[in-house]
Amino acid sequence: MVENRRILGIVSHLVLILGVIMVALPIWITFVASTHDAVRMTQAPIPMLPGTHFFENFKQTLFGAGLSGSEGAPVWRMLLNSMAMALMIAFGKIAISLLSAFAIVYFKFPFRMGFFWMIFITLMLPVEVRILPTFEVVANLGMLNSYWGLSIPLIASATATFMFRQVFLTIPDEMLESARIDGAGPLRFFWDILIPLSRTNIAALFVILFIYGWNQYLWPLLITTDTDMTTIVMSIKQMLEAAEQSPQWNIIMMTALLAMIPPVFVVVGMQRLFVQGLTETDK
Amino acid sequence: MLKRVHFPTSALPYLLVAPQIIITLIFFIWPASQAVYQSFLIEDAFGLSSEFVWFENFQILFEDSLYLETFWRTILFSAAVAVLSMGSALILAAFADRVVRGATTYRTLLIWPYAVAPVLAGALWVFMFNPTLGIFPYILEFIGIDWNHYLNGGQAMTLVIFAAAWKQIAYNFLFYLAAMQSIPRSLIEAAAIDGAGPVRRFWDHIFPLISPTTFFLLVINAVYAFFDTFGIIHAVTQGGPANSTTILVYKVFNDGFVGLDLGGSAAQSVILMILVIAMTVVQFRYVERKVEY
Repeated sequence: MVENRRILGIVSHLVLILGVIMVALPIWITFVASTHDAVRMTQAPIPMLPGTHFFENFKQTLFGAGLSGSEGAPVWRMLLNSMAMALMIAFGKIAISLLSAFAIVYFKFPFRMGFFWMIFITLMLPVEVRILPTFEVVANLGMLNSYWGLSIPLIASATATFMFRQVFLTIPDEMLESARIDGAGPLRFFWDILIPLSRTNIAALFVILFIYGWNQYLWPLLITTDTDMTTIVMSIKQMLEAAEQSPQWNIIMMTALLAMIPPVFVVVGMQRLFVQGLTETDK
Repeated sequence: MLKRVHFPTSALPYLLVAPQIIITLIFFIWPASQAVYQSFLIEDAFGLSSEFVWFENFQILFEDSLYLETFWRTILFSAAVAVLSMGSALILAAFADRVVRGATTYRTLLIWPYAVAPVLAGALWVFMFNPTLGIFPYILEFIGIDWNHYLNGGQAMTLVIFAAAWKQIAYNFLFYLAAMQSIPRSLIEAAAIDGAGPVRRFWDHIFPLISPTTFFLLVINAVYAFFDTFGIIHAVTQGGPANSTTILVYKVFNDGFVGLDLGGSAAQSVILMILVIAMTVVQFRYVERKVEY
């Protein structure tokens, strides 16, 4: 930095540490709540230091009945549903966006721009503004309570198509020329040259889309009535409602912890890709 | 847009765009046009017949004081979330930009709330502020504040604003830090040689230089507060007490799925669509402008 004032350095670290504490406090309290037994969690003030019941709660939540008195699916099943939904959304979006970006950038065909604008419009129609009619469409197609219904309506994405279009535009034309001289057809060129060249972009996008898919709430809430199809993120709301009758905060908070571990792990573990994906998709 | 060198016309490009176009037509364009169509209809009380009424649904909405209140409440909510989360992110980024050692560690520790689902963020905050058990009501009692967001509308609003802003700090922080780190060091050094202190440098040089980022984040945060906070409100307050935390998205859901007022809900959807289109246009014009310089 420009000048080397010790005091300023210390203040910087203090502010940042305070910020980290502020940001982490809700998670700390969640973690602490998941390490105590149910009785301790009904006494105010709640503890601020971890207890000794972590593994007990972990086992009861993941494999046991979960919240006693609730008729929901077991938590491992919900985690599985969330994983299936998140992966289907992430892979589905990447696949269809790669194909359509390839068509729009490398082919000249009638209605090319028409298709491009049609994809662009989806940017302006988040699921929240068209919930009722979209629900009707999915119900008429018989896709309620299925993985298809959970994922397919969410996989059309303008941002991913735009990003791949941008990536393809930076690939030099000589690539295509030499590929054609060597006798490669369009699909061969797509598979052997374009995909390998956009590998990091695909990975970065995957990180963002996995989080997006995992954290979906309103959509699964509407189209799953069968408890076997419940996702973990949805279940938290039902548990909060149940908590008003029988507060088992240790189990609820353990479930919350389990629900945020996969996406948090992805963000922290693949931080570089995450930052790249975030800055690329929002431009 | 199109490559100078490209493949000849064939059936292939149509096959390539087909999956995306089919999904867009079935799940985006068709439902959206249905929403527009339904917004012009009023159903009778039994749902047996419906009448085409042009803009009557919209007229009813804009004469409904409840809807207008919701509208202004949404604006207030979005503004509070944006100011709170962008403000804290800006402060943290400004200090993180100064720190030489440990900057990446701080970044790691600050960005992960991005991965927490809104409804989970709501659950964590509602637990911390639980009137009988929560840690904050316990502390607040010592300074004479009786916290109960189940009864007090203002407190309920404060709680959802905190939860929503908390989740968004990570995102704003990343973009602010990236913007500050892209400012040429020589510029800041020149200002320091001219005798500008750290505070002066921040307000006179750094802040104006990152104003495009601030503008971009304002739009992003507005969209976030308008739409993505549904989970937080649904988990924390369900729009209550007495509608004091009902925002537009929540009202569309509530009137449509709970109240079964199809025409009214559709008209609200259309208004939201217009708002999203406006925000997207603003965002894209800004991106174009940024590309120029």
